[in-house]
Amino acid sequence: MQFFGGTEISPSPPAPTASGNNAHMLYIFNRNGICLLYREWNRPLKTLSSQQDHKLMFGLLFSLKSLTAKMDPTSVEKGNLGVPQLPGQGCSFHSFRTNTYKLSFMESPSGIKIILVTHPRTGDLRDSLKYIYNLYVEYVVKNPLYSPGSPIRCELFNKTVDQYVRGLG
Amino acid sequence: MGVKRKRFGLLQTHPSVLILTRSPLTLSIPVSKALYYISWLPPPLPNPATQFSPVLIAWQNAELFTLTYGAIVRQLLTDLEEVEEVNKQLDQMGYNIGVRLVDEFLEKSNVSSCVDFKETAEVIAKVGFKMFLGVTASVSNWDSEGTTCSLILEDNPLVDFVELPDNCQGLYYCNILSGVIRGALEMVSMKTEVTWLRDMLRGDDVFELQVKLLKQVPEEYPYKDDE
Repeated sequence: MQFFGGTEISPSPPAPTASGNNAHMLYIFNRNGICLLYREWNRPLKTLSSQQDHKLMFGLLFSLKSLTAKMDPTSVEKGNLGVPQLPGQGCSFHSFRTNTYKLSFMESPSGIKIILVTHPRTGDLRDSLKYIYNLYVEYVVKNPLYSPGSPIRCELFNKTVDQYVRGLG
Repeated sequence: MGVKRKRFGLLQTHPSVLILTRSPLTLSIPVSKALYYISWLPPPLPNPATQFSPVLIAWQNAELFTLTYGAIVRQLLTDLEEVEEVNKQLDQMGYNIGVRLVDEFLEKSNVSSCVDFKETAEVIAKVGFKMFLGVTASVSNWDSEGTTCSLILEDNPLVDFVELPDNCQGLYYCNILSGVIRGALEMVSMKTEVTWLRDMLRGDDVFELQVKLLKQVPEEYPYKDDE
């Protein structure tokens, strides 16, 4: 049975391509908009308080999801703009890039949103985000001292995520 | 979990079967396994035979799971005394488990969408039950709108060795499963009601869980606009 089996984290992480600190920030939100985790490695400019920053980020993604689903040229039925979507309904966007940063996004059907902001030349980070979700499941969800819906205060998880992100190319 | 270990009474009625009596439930276990658990010897080292047989190793872990669950139910019956209270508590425990379990399930099974209830029920029966209990269930008895179905379990590892005594007839022994399903589905935007239709411990031939979709609640924007 699965639960008493080995504790190796699966799948194995995508191989890191270059060393160095390439990521700027990481956010993890849950379905109610609560920011479970915010990690910052390289952020020279901060204009908003952290609460406003989290709300802005969450609101941005919520709207982007809705917009991208509405603008989808291949889907047959389109809801009205602003109508909330069910998990998996409509297309799902996964990243956007500007001249100074790239934002990669992943959402699980249970509403856990993982956002990673990196430098603009980063490749497709979907597998890496999946691996971070994997780490979240192993270190946070399975931790009996963590209550779902509250900010993550697990040192081991923070350290593992830091280590992994530092290795991303 | 805070379950205190209590001494079991031993009754050996047949050379190969030991019956552990600790009211109100009795568990009967073959002698070899019972000695392993009761004397709390260190677990047997994996010998070359079992190294090539993952089925045997899984089987030993499954026993521990079954006995642990039995101990929890027994303790709840002692603490709460009312069978209805125990049913509710098991459901609540299942709900708390389900809320966490869903992330692990989604991550391991790579499911990306939860819109169609029919598909969701199939996935729970085939993938979910297999992943966590090691058995598959089948889905049947769809109603005309497609919002209610039954999950049929022929084999249930939770109830190995269990017999319900007469004073616990209202007990849904596996009620934790209904809570788990309810909790997990709520995290993927489906509000459901899960009830037991048939229960092998009460004399039926299979376990039948009825899952009824009440409504699908898509994510709303959580912040108020004026903040």
